[in-house]
Amino acid sequence: MRIALFITCVNDTLYPDTGRAVVRLLERLGHEVVFPEAQTCCGQMHYNTGYRRDAQRLAVRFVTTFAGTGADAVLAPSASCAAMIRDNYPRLAEEGSRLARATAELAPRVHDLSELLVDVLGVTDVGAYFPHTVTYHPTCHGLRLLGLGDRPYRLLREVRGLELKELPGAEECCGFGGTFAVKNPDVSAAMGSDKARGIASTGAEVVCAVDNSCLMHIGGTLRRERAGVKTVHLAEILASTEQEPARV
Amino acid sequence: MSSTFIGMPSFPAAARQAVQDAQLRHNLRKATHTIRGKRGEVVGELDDWAELRDAGRAIKDRTLRHLDRYLEQLEEQATGAGATVHWAADAEEANAIVTRLVRATGEREVVKVKSMATQEIGLNEALAQAGITAYETDLAELIVQLSDDFPSHILVPAIHRNRAEIREIFARRMAEWGVPAPDGLGDDPRELAEAARVHLREKFLTAKVAVSGANFAVAETGSLVVLESEGNGRMCLTLPETLISVVGIEKLVPTWADLEVFMQLLPRSSTGERMNPYSSVWTGATPGDGPQDVHLVLLDNGRTDTLADRVGRQALRCIRCSACLNICPVYERSGGHSYGSVYPGPIGAVLTPQLRGVQGSMEASLPYASSLCGACYEVCPVAIDIPEILVHLRERVASGPGHAAERAAMAAAETVLGDHRLLHMAQRAASAARGAVPRRLPGPGAGWTDTRDIPDIPPRPFRDWWREHEKERARGGGSGDAGGRTEHEGGDR
Ligand code: SF4
Repeated sequence: MRIALFITCVNDTLYPDTGRAVVRLLERLGHEVVFPEAQTCCGQMHYNTGYRRDAQRLAVRFVTTFAGTGADAVLAPSASCAAMIRDNYPRLAEEGSRLARATAELAPRVHDLSELLVDVLGVTDVGAYFPHTVTYHPTCHGLRLLGLGDRPYRLLREVRGLELKELPGAEECCGFGGTFAVKNPDVSAAMGSDKARGIASTGAEVVCAVDNSCLMHIGGTLRRERAGVKTVHLAEILASTEQEPARV
Repeated sequence: MSSTFIGMPSFPAAARQAVQDAQLRHNLRKATHTIRGKRGEVVGELDDWAELRDAGRAIKDRTLRHLDRYLEQLEEQATGAGATVHWAADAEEANAIVTRLVRATGEREVVKVKSMATQEIGLNEALAQAGITAYETDLAELIVQLSDDFPSHILVPAIHRNRAEIREIFARRMAEWGVPAPDGLGDDPRELAEAARVHLREKFLTAKVAVSGANFAVAETGSLVVLESEGNGRMCLTLPETLISVVGIEKLVPTWADLEVFMQLLPRSSTGERMNPYSSVWTGATPGDGPQDVHLVLLDNGRTDTLADRVGRQALRCIRCSACLNICPVYERSGGHSYGSVYPGPIGAVLTPQLRGVQGSMEASLPYASSLCGACYEVCPVAIDIPEILVHLRERVASGPGHAAERAAMAAAETVLGDHRLLHMAQRAASAARGAVPRRLPGPGAGWTDTRDIPDIPPRPFRDWWREHEKERARGGGSGDAGGRTEHEGGDR
């Protein structure tokens, strides 16, 4: 299958390892991966902060960049960006506009990593090896907007060597919320702190999620609190093998 | 809206204080988690919950679409049943009407059924100015009144208080307001409830005038409906001679069959009960039974303007169940007072800026008092997409004054993000300066770095790696991943 990567601006700039892991994983599974270089950002930050016009321009850019790739599916290894495209582009588009038509055509093919693997490619055992204790934080957008359900858990349970720990209060927001973390730093930090405590209580070495923005917030809190728990994107766990183990 | 909260600092500042109050956070966490657990259980019992929720939303939407017609029907029916209907465009007008009605009775005291509408308009304060004392009869409302406090939750206005605090408030203040608390009052819930009962009984037996709100108004018969858990409201609705009900115009349902849906949705969503304990209905006046002089004050106070907004009007579906408060992680940490109005939590964050406008700094800060996690939308029994309204209102705030700097920064960011070459240049610049990034950011970023570490910037962005990977692939060099090892120095991000 031909899969176009939307690596997202945060991953591209701050978490290139996630992008590399996605490429390794999909190529290992025998798929062709393309990366349209004109891609930038889905516009989520602008949209969520109230800058609709800016977000609209970025949305047009996104659909234009990805419309011509001839890919069967578009992978966004960030649940919130996938949700932005699927849920919010239709709201951004004026009725009958080019953006509306392009979104209607493209959005159903945009997936988060766990959806792509489980629903589109039909695999849960991707041949991964990751000998660590792991707890999973279902990010809000993955949980409520995309409705990922048990897909990430199913993938994690098939990873050899991995021991999955249940996270108390898993469904509660970590407090990142994009510009929320800056506009309401105290509440955001209090939420992050409670999330970090929940994670530490599992005794896991690693906390995993499908969105690096949330992991950045959680990781920053864990690091500040010297909890000793590492943050890793699901892609990096699934890309890890005996031959090329992910370093944590 | 009410004068009570005017002058509150904007949300982030008010929330900062709340976050630091360990006792408050403990009280809130305990209370909201208990009630949210109960709600989850009883909602889970119904396999047609999704359909009920859809029905609730559809009924409210249909009613709002034809609000003028149903309001006229309500007026006609209520008048026919012997009630007098008044229309109030805003808080001032509503307060003036109620004050005039109370004055006409010659009384100087009224008993009150717990009501959000009367708090919204600051009725108690307005009556006090006219020399009339209003006595709250709902237990939690009584606690708030006795302690000169503000309500902090829709359903449990004194949710921020624990038993010890309540005991102290009763012992110290009850005597000033009527029957004093008994000597040696303890903080056992039963003892506290008994003290309140004795205190309130005197009011019920002497009051000639009662003021209430209504959870619903049924257009087809002109009936008003109050749902409560304690039965104190029912006392007020039966014993006095005059009853004045202040009701927001969005409280309408067309028929009794419509009401049936909400009688299922509301108790399960709000108190986690299968059925509501005390449901009182009154239709005009009934000779020889209950209040003989019945008034209905229909309150607009910003609702018509809200109705005119396509996205924002969803908020008028709200049945004030408070499920969104109990699930909200922001409310749990910031407490109800931080929201600066009688409507706290997620619904307050979308309702207050619409009813009052976003000119004030408190109102302008409310649409940002959310991480957009979506939990409120998920629990809302009438499916109000609160995150959607929040973003919609942010747009309104961001285009106004005071946001010029942010607007410029966002436009600059859009310029960079709008062109992959500019983005790439910015990424390279960041990578080159990676050692020089301070641990503590200046300006608005400080709020982030005060409590969290910022991530390390990697030596090169993904797109640089991809180019090499493509070259290697073209050369037939496998994954081209140089051993697949991480380039991410610093290990744990
Ligand atoms: S917005 Fe929905 S959940 Fe919140 S109080 Fe209103 S009806 Fe209840």
